[in-house]
Amino acid sequence: MATLTIGKAINEGLRKALEADPKVLIMGEDVGKLGGVFRITDGLQKDFGDERVIDTPLAESGIIGTAIGLAIRGYRPVCEIQFDGFVYPAYDQIVSQVAKMHYRSRGKLRLPIVIRIPFGGGIGAVEHHSESPEAYFAHTAGLKTVACSNPADAYSMIQQAIATDDPVIFFEPKRRYWEKGEVDTAASLGDAYPLFASRVLRPGTDVTVVAYGPMVRTTLDAATAAAEEGRELEVIDLRTLSPMDLDPVFDSVRRTGRLVVVHEAAGNGGLGAEIAARVTEECFYSLEAPVLRVTGFDTPYPPARIEEEYLPDLDRVLDAVDRSYGF
Amino acid sequence: MSKGIREAASRKTAPQENFAKLASETELQFVQLLDPDGRRVEDPHYSVDFTDEELRGLYRDLVIVRKLDAEATALQRQGELGIWASLLGQEAAQVGSGRALRPQDMAFPTYREHGVLYCRGIDPIMPLGLFRGVDQGGWDPNEFKFNMYTIVIGAQTLHATGYAMGVAKDGKVGGDDGEAVIAYFGDGATSQGDVNEAFVWATVFNAPVVFFCQNNQYAISEPLERQTRVPLYHRAAGFGFPGLRVDGNDVLACYAVTREALDNARHGQGPTLIEAYTYRMGAHTTSDDPTRYRIASEVEAWQAKDPIKRLRALLEREESADSEFFAEVDADAARQAVDLRERVLALPDPHPLELFDHVYPGGSPLLDQQRETFAKYLATFDGGH
Repeated sequence: MATLTIGKAINEGLRKALEADPKVLIMGEDVGKLGGVFRITDGLQKDFGDERVIDTPLAESGIIGTAIGLAIRGYRPVCEIQFDGFVYPAYDQIVSQVAKMHYRSRGKLRLPIVIRIPFGGGIGAVEHHSESPEAYFAHTAGLKTVACSNPADAYSMIQQAIATDDPVIFFEPKRRYWEKGEVDTAASLGDAYPLFASRVLRPGTDVTVVAYGPMVRTTLDAATAAAEEGRELEVIDLRTLSPMDLDPVFDSVRRTGRLVVVHEAAGNGGLGAEIAARVTEECFYSLEAPVLRVTGFDTPYPPARIEEEYLPDLDRVLDAVDRSYGF
Repeated sequence: MSKGIREAASRKTAPQENFAKLASETELQFVQLLDPDGRRVEDPHYSVDFTDEELRGLYRDLVIVRKLDAEATALQRQGELGIWASLLGQEAAQVGSGRALRPQDMAFPTYREHGVLYCRGIDPIMPLGLFRGVDQGGWDPNEFKFNMYTIVIGAQTLHATGYAMGVAKDGKVGGDDGEAVIAYFGDGATSQGDVNEAFVWATVFNAPVVFFCQNNQYAISEPLERQTRVPLYHRAAGFGFPGLRVDGNDVLACYAVTREALDNARHGQGPTLIEAYTYRMGAHTTSDDPTRYRIASEVEAWQAKDPIKRLRALLEREESADSEFFAEVDADAARQAVDLRERVLALPDPHPLELFDHVYPGGSPLLDQQRETFAKYLATFDGGH
């Protein structure tokens, strides 16, 4: 066991992946000497060389487009998009090429590409550095989309994402990069919790709360506060945003009768809407209240001085729990 | 105001006029080894030493490629293909560059490279599933050394460059057995960000890739002047690698320049941009009506530069082929066209439930569920599926 931050856990996971398979490449802007703007790839170019840890020209479509060619050639590129708001120039290559190549080839061509995106707000950044674009990718057939929320998951999930032949959009909760937790770096990857599975992080009997990425910490804190008021929240970390693993959510809602979904991304057309629809279809007769969402507002991400008003926080989660009991 | 700025400001309009003149220059500078009348042209740098048999082979390629293309157009007109992107007029650019590829080389086509595909020895039926609507390609690029057709304009130039970076990583450059990559695209694509990014990547990583631009003068309806103010091959200089223009209707010149560029790439000398100056004699696709945006006299002028006519003239002048040969080639082409037609008509429609296949290598429980639900739904109809 080691105590690692989420950032360091991803770094260690990338290191393991580079050691495990010589075809694994890391590519992105400033990922080499600098070790990435968040230092997630710190030290990797020094140890694995600039043929495997590649500082790319500054063009996101180029990063993903050339990664596709490298994958056709048999490599397993792990691309870093520096910030969430910079992924859009690569959107065409991701949606029209990465997502569809296996389908178009009738299964004959696999593109085992991982696209790492630090996402979400809360770091006082200027515009375009705090976005939550996960729904764009989760909506796209052919991509798998995951988000990690803690160091142990970060360490195993990045390795699993690299090992799978599915293209994976890997969302990292950037404002949680410095949060620490225990990571078993000696454990075999095969023993790790499955990549494409959600997970109950805190059992509870009263209200089910689903979150992912940076909102998992917020939700766990809300559950601690709710417990002091006598309400037991069951907290589920979604982990895989596409395809979603909702069976644990259905099981939970059948017991609690109440569901709150929490994400930073805007509510309209967001993943919370999908979860609400699916839970309504599966658990209609168990629901004591409508599924409620706690999300960012349907505005562009606001200036940093008021971002705390935009971001769902502990109080807004508890408010939704209270409202759930109002029905 | 600094001196530099003042000087720039003092020549406000002249450069624009120069650029316009460059882009549409009537006295074309390009590599040509065979003129429109079928006479050999001396070039200070490039030459070919094809045997008569090889020349006849190129002629056969050109004729068959054109015939199969015409057959596909006919199939579309008869409702058997949803759409077809004809290569009519571009046969020399495709056969010349396609025959220049060595077996180990990799090609990244657009959706019009039927002639390159043919020259790679690939069954011409392979891309027709896409146009008939029974699949979206369905082949393994590595098996045929020929990527699936790419419809998003210019996207494949990045794939080619990345693949070429992989070739270099694999240590497959630096000798005669090295591998080279060719990326096909058109004049319209040169305006795409992806193509310009591919140029940047290729040059900074010294990737073994040849950018083969078939400048067929039109991006659907938009003429070259809407894409550029300089000759396209000049663009390469700004990125730091060589660019050249070739008579795209001259199969010998297209072969010669592509062969050299590919060999330079395989020997580790990095990318080259080739602008094959040609003309799209037909419509952009069968859904297009070119009479709305170009005049008949322009098309007629290009008819005089036909790539097949000039090679036939050479073969006749040098007595490298007789009338029996030309008749046999026509018969061969006709036979292959009939064969292609019969096999296109026999292409089976996919089963409705196949739409769920191959979305993910690792599968998806959501899709499993949707497939099951949809299968039950289909089964409720008479006869089911």
